Amino acid sequence: MSTSYNLKRADFIFRNENDWEKILIRTIKRDKQELINELISSELKGRGGAGFPTGLKWKLASEASSDQKYVICNADEGEPGTFKDREILTKVPFKVLTAMGICGFITGATKAFIYLRGEYKFLKTDLEKAIDEFEYYCKEIDFDFKIEIFMGSGAYICGEETALMESMEGKRGEPRNKPPFPTHKGYMEKSTIINNVETLAHTFTIFKHGAKKFYDLGVQFSRGTKLFSVSGDTPKPGIYELELGMSLQDFVDEFGDGDTKAVQVGGASGFLVPRKRFNETAIGFKGKLSGISLPTGGSMMLFNSTRSMFNVLDNYLEFFREESCGQCTPCRVGCQQLLIGIKAVKQGAKPANYLDKLLKLTETMQYTAKCGLGQSVANSFSSIVENFREEMIY
Amino acid sequence: MNQTNELITELANKYGRNRKNLLPVLQGVVEQEKFLSDDTMIEIARELDLPAAEVYGTATFYSFLEYRKMGKYVIRICKTITCAMKGKNQILLTIQDMLKIGVGETTTDKKFSLLQTNCLGWCHKAPAMLINDEVYTELTPETVRVILTEYIKK
Amino acid sequence: MSNKINLTINGMVYEIEPGKTILEAAQDVGIIIPTLCYHKDLCVAGNCRVCLVEVVGQKRLAASCATPCHENMEVLTNTLKVRNSRKHIIELLLSEHNADCTKCYKNGNCELQELAAEYKIMSQDLIDLVPLKNYTIDMFSPSIIKDDSRCIRCQRCVRTCAELQGVNALTVAYKGDKMKISTFFENSMNDVVCTNCGQCVNHCPTGALIEKNYIEEVWEAISDPEKHVVVQTAPAVRVGLGEELGFEAGTRVTGKMVSALKNLGFDSVLDTDFTADLTILEEGTELLTRLKRTLVDKDESVQLPMATSCSPGWIKYIEHMYPEYLEHLSTCKSPQQMFGALVKTYYAKSRKLNPANIVSVSIMPCTAKKFESNRPEMHDSGYRDVDFVLTTRELAIMVKQAGIDFMKLQDKKFDRLMGESSGAAVLFGATGGVMEAALRTAYEIVTGREVPFKNLEITPVRGMEGIREASIKIENPLKAWSFLDGVELKCAIAHGLVNAKTLMEAIKAKKADYHFIEFMACPGGCLGGGGQPIPTSPEIREKRSKAIYDEDDAMAIRKSHENPEILKIYKDFLGEPLGEKSHHLLHTKYVERNRY
Repeated sequence: MSTSYNLKRADFIFRNENDWEKILIRTIKRDKQELINELISSELKGRGGAGFPTGLKWKLASEASSDQKYVICNADEGEPGTFKDREILTKVPFKVLTAMGICGFITGATKAFIYLRGEYKFLKTDLEKAIDEFEYYCKEIDFDFKIEIFMGSGAYICGEETALMESMEGKRGEPRNKPPFPTHKGYMEKSTIINNVETLAHTFTIFKHGAKKFYDLGVQFSRGTKLFSVSGDTPKPGIYELELGMSLQDFVDEFGDGDTKAVQVGGASGFLVPRKRFNETAIGFKGKLSGISLPTGGSMMLFNSTRSMFNVLDNYLEFFREESCGQCTPCRVGCQQLLIGIKAVKQGAKPANYLDKLLKLTETMQYTAKCGLGQSVANSFSSIVENFREEMIY
Repeated sequence: MNQTNELITELANKYGRNRKNLLPVLQGVVEQEKFLSDDTMIEIARELDLPAAEVYGTATFYSFLEYRKMGKYVIRICKTITCAMKGKNQILLTIQDMLKIGVGETTTDKKFSLLQTNCLGWCHKAPAMLINDEVYTELTPETVRVILTEYIKK
Repeated sequence: MSNKINLTINGMVYEIEPGKTILEAAQDVGIIIPTLCYHKDLCVAGNCRVCLVEVVGQKRLAASCATPCHENMEVLTNTLKVRNSRKHIIELLLSEHNADCTKCYKNGNCELQELAAEYKIMSQDLIDLVPLKNYTIDMFSPSIIKDDSRCIRCQRCVRTCAELQGVNALTVAYKGDKMKISTFFENSMNDVVCTNCGQCVNHCPTGALIEKNYIEEVWEAISDPEKHVVVQTAPAVRVGLGEELGFEAGTRVTGKMVSALKNLGFDSVLDTDFTADLTILEEGTELLTRLKRTLVDKDESVQLPMATSCSPGWIKYIEHMYPEYLEHLSTCKSPQQMFGALVKTYYAKSRKLNPANIVSVSIMPCTAKKFESNRPEMHDSGYRDVDFVLTTRELAIMVKQAGIDFMKLQDKKFDRLMGESSGAAVLFGATGGVMEAALRTAYEIVTGREVPFKNLEITPVRGMEGIREASIKIENPLKAWSFLDGVELKCAIAHGLVNAKTLMEAIKAKKADYHFIEFMACPGGCLGGGGQPIPTSPEIREKRSKAIYDEDDAMAIRKSHENPEILKIYKDFLGEPLGEKSHHLLHTKYVERNRY
């Protein structure tokens, strides 16, 4: 098996396969436990960014006792630099719907939702048609499964699973306390299994081709392929399916414009990697195979030497200040302080070492914020400030 | 006003009158009227038997559920990182120049409102904007002039 | 048998009941974890993040209020990481907060200030965000001031308004840095469905929600030699005031309170309990009249159940939410307003005073009373019946300002003429108390015998259950009331508006065939009122409740109709219950208000 960290293209997700009916009927005739085991053995991890093992999630949901269970497809793709889910839902919606059906079959959920971000409303009509066709087929094969689209209305935080459920319940999209976790108590207090669009598409691949095919791609701890949304200073922005585990240098060699000074991996809530660390950084979930390994929902933003990293950070922080739900102190006030703080340093109103105090603040935010948003602001902040300190000051 | 009330009743009949149906109802009104007035929110509260403050608190959480008066066409320009890098400001200036309004404002003929918004998910085709639900990408000052001219003619 | 779980806190192993949060378990074993958004009356929010603790094995800190304990969990409450993070959180809150503490009404009684003091927050590191915020202050309500610049967004008020009161006048609006506590469209509290109950004030940890105070106005009146300043004190004040002035919760300080009021310079210190007794006579008669008209005259226009009308928060609630049921309300004014109307008529006449020179002040456990006294119809004496309403808390402030050592005061008695009262009257301070007082009198009027309960304690109507029911069968009534023979008088009690809502919905659904219902806006009744000392918690309400019942027990007269001053006022002035003068001075009507 290859242990190099080369960039390897793959083509599973968007490969046009008109066999979803066959896959669905074939899979729901199989043993549920066997399917869960297959999924676990694929080592697929959530593709939304958090990277929770998908097989384990389905297992937990299948074991939960609940008179009604729900499957939710999280299509609230709001992370800056991410646009892959829209493409999946546009090009291969049936893979996602089929995967939702299989998930329902395994966990015992008969009702499902796609939470579609408001910005993607133009997708709704086509997606509804696909759902109609899918449900028609389900009825034909006597498979009790219903899917509904729930539209978001412009709130980044609703991508957080419990905030999304609050939103679906008609409330403000404020993340809940955990525990309880959604597999135990989710939408309408019922056991709910929520997966990212891409994750579901991968399960289709796994159930179609077998876990081994998926497992054999990628590297240890980071199996399979992943869709990457490539944007910024690149001659070829777009969506690419690549095996996990490549080195960032390889990625930049392929997608950079020859002058790449840094790459933001994982969107505004991810990490900024400067040129000097491209070689030692791998893209994956865990395991320090060659230096740092960064998880990602697939957002890769490239910056060349014309870009001011102060402006980049300023843009992120303004985003977070506005998109924080505002309920918990560290995130609500922390984001405001970080934004106004870097401006104060830039303008000379605060000394340069104020940046260190702000770094401490991001550490507190990471330890104390209620949900992933507040916790992850520290990622981009510290990686930018530590690597481009001069740009923050002068 | 009466027309709005009818719309709200119609939406409530379609989606239901439980708390979980609040967002679809709010969205349905915004789709028709572009924003939610205080009277509209009261009517929704009445129709769904919810406290008015709850309707207000929920609506104001979501950027697309405007509570300020909006024009017929709501222009939302993405201001997040890639669009900002790829010339969002030029687009904004072009539109401001054409419509003679600033961000957050509505033209006197109530036809256009101009807003900025967070990531629209078109970073590979930046800069991007929405006019109502319609997406426009890879904008340049020239293309945006053409697009807006079409809308002005409508 | 024992299914306790082992929890290690700071290295010590404890056996704790399962199902508790880390915070509760720590409190049980005497380890204090600071909190802000947590309140025993409310559901857990977990948003302030002050109660963070370290759970061994987790990198992130856990909000102890929202984290359940599990077997063999190891918790650390006082590590460097916890302390530094907590300090940071407090600093963040302060940076968004108008921390001009010396100019804040809550100075000295603010949970944020206390925490800042405890953690010695001296650093000026973070940038003050207040100048960027456009904070507003809403002063239009006669009861409550909402100052956004003091708000820490813990949402205790929002949860209070929703969970305890079912009113939802307050909500969380917007998100991110703009997130704030708001009314509908940021209208004034005076223009929305707010009932002025003040529970939000009582639950607010800072100075963001405070009562509108009238302390200076009262001082001015007291110092004016032309004015005769009369003060009345509500039943619940005497069991709460002590908490503000050094006593344990549940201490009865009636005598000291009277003494303090005299020291403050009030010309006459009288008792709302007197008009509470009067209310019983008026309301009891009204109930019996309604029963007679229904049972004997078959008058279908008569609305039953009859609902009490002494709680102005409840009155405003029903005016907003169930205006079609206003006919069910007793027409009796609240004891405060009866008192006000009589002070400038009966009292003025008896004392040969010009009512124009009388200033009538009341001390109430309530913020809604401030609104009530401002209602335009409360002018039946020809003047504003009650000029100023102070809360228990405001009285305590005045006592402190006057340099009175409250604990050392000698007990004094209320002045005569509207100062005498019965034990029944003091019961008005507790949930179920109006019902108990009314039954003591009504039963005796109808049967000529005392209520069939030991020591007159009608225990079924007592307690803290949100909604309680009781019935009392009438047997062998006096001749005039023979139509009630065998009738089972069905009563219900609701306290906390969320319970009032439940009961009203039952009435609406015709699933409640009661004759008489006592409604109190605040949890626990007036003893848990919005104007009572802060904090108020379930335990504290229990203690104040016990004090109310002890106070009743200690009174020489226990029944309203035996109060000699009541007998005297009917003889000398009013004539009879529901008589013409009563009708003019002691009864009122209600208005329909906006539902949304």
